[in-house]
Amino acid sequence: MIGLRKSLMCALVAVAALAGCGEKEQVVVYQQGKYQGKPDTRPWENAPGASLYTTSQWTKGDKSGWETAIKSRNQNQNEYTRVQ
Amino acid sequence: MARMKFLCDAERCIECNGCVTACKQENEVPWGVNRRRVVTLNDGVPGEKSISVACMHCSDAPCIAVCPVDCIYHTEEGVVLHDKDMCIGCGYCFYACPFGAPQFPQTGAFGARGKMDKCTFCAGGPEKDNSKEEFAKYGSNRLAQGKLPACAEMCSTKALLAGDGDVIADIFRNRALKRGKGAEVWGWSTAYGKPEPQQPPKGEKS
Repeated sequence: MIGLRKSLMCALVAVAALAGCGEKEQVVVYQQGKYQGKPDTRPWENAPGASLYTTSQWTKGDKSGWETAIKSRNQNQNEYTRVQ
Repeated sequence: MARMKFLCDAERCIECNGCVTACKQENEVPWGVNRRRVVTLNDGVPGEKSISVACMHCSDAPCIAVCPVDCIYHTEEGVVLHDKDMCIGCGYCFYACPFGAPQFPQTGAFGARGKMDKCTFCAGGPEKDNSKEEFAKYGSNRLAQGKLPACAEMCSTKALLAGDGDVIADIFRNRALKRGKGAEVWGWSTAYGKPEPQQPPKGEKS
C-alpha cells in the first residue's frame, strides 16, 4: 500500500516537473487571413515577366522557384564569390 | 526558406546615406518620412561607427502585439507589413518599436498624424502585387519581382545585406573571417600598392 502510494507520488511529481518542459511556439506565424486587414498575396503568386527589368525567373505560383531566384540574387551581395 | 532579414556591417558602412536615398527614390517616400536612416556613434571621433537602421522585421514584433486595430501582420517570408486602410495613426507601434521604424506623415495643421508608414522590405502591402494602388500606399514590391530591397542592392560597400537570414549570415561570417586588418584588408593592394617585400638583414652575425 505504502509502495503504491509512493510510486503514485513519484509519478505526480514527475508529471508536475515535466510540465515546465513543454515547448511553446516562440515566433508568431502568419496565417492567411488571421489578422484584421485584407489578405495579402505571396510574392511567387504572380508571373515575374509582368514587371519591368526583371532578371529573376520562376513560373507563377512556384514557391521553390522564387526562393531559388532570391537565393541566387542574395549571392550578388557576396563579392568574395564574385571576385575570387 | 528562413526569414527575411537586414544585417548592417558597421566595419563597412561609410555613412554615405546611399541606402536612405535609394529607399526614398524606390518607394517615392513623402517628405518628412524616413523609412531608413543612418545612425553614427561617436560622430567625428576617430573610430566612429555607422549603421543603417530601418524596420528590422522582428520575428516576434512588438508593433504587432500593441496595434489596437490589429492591422500589422507577418508574411510567410517573415516580413512585417501593415494594412493602411485600417491604420488609425495612433502611434502605439512607434512607442513599442525599439528601432523607431514606424513613421507618421504630418497631415494638416496642429501636427495631426497620418497613417503609419514604414519599411516594407520592398514587399509592398495587402494590395494586388505591383499595382498602382499598392505603389501609392506602400511603395515598390521588389520581392514579387524576384529582387531584394533597393537599399541593400544599392549599397556601394555592401555594408547593408538583405535577404534570407541564413544566407546573409553566411556571407557576413565568411567576410568577417577573411577580411583581416590593415594591409591584409581585401582591396588594400589595389588602392595603395603592394607592400614592399621585407629585405633580409645584411651583415654578419656578431
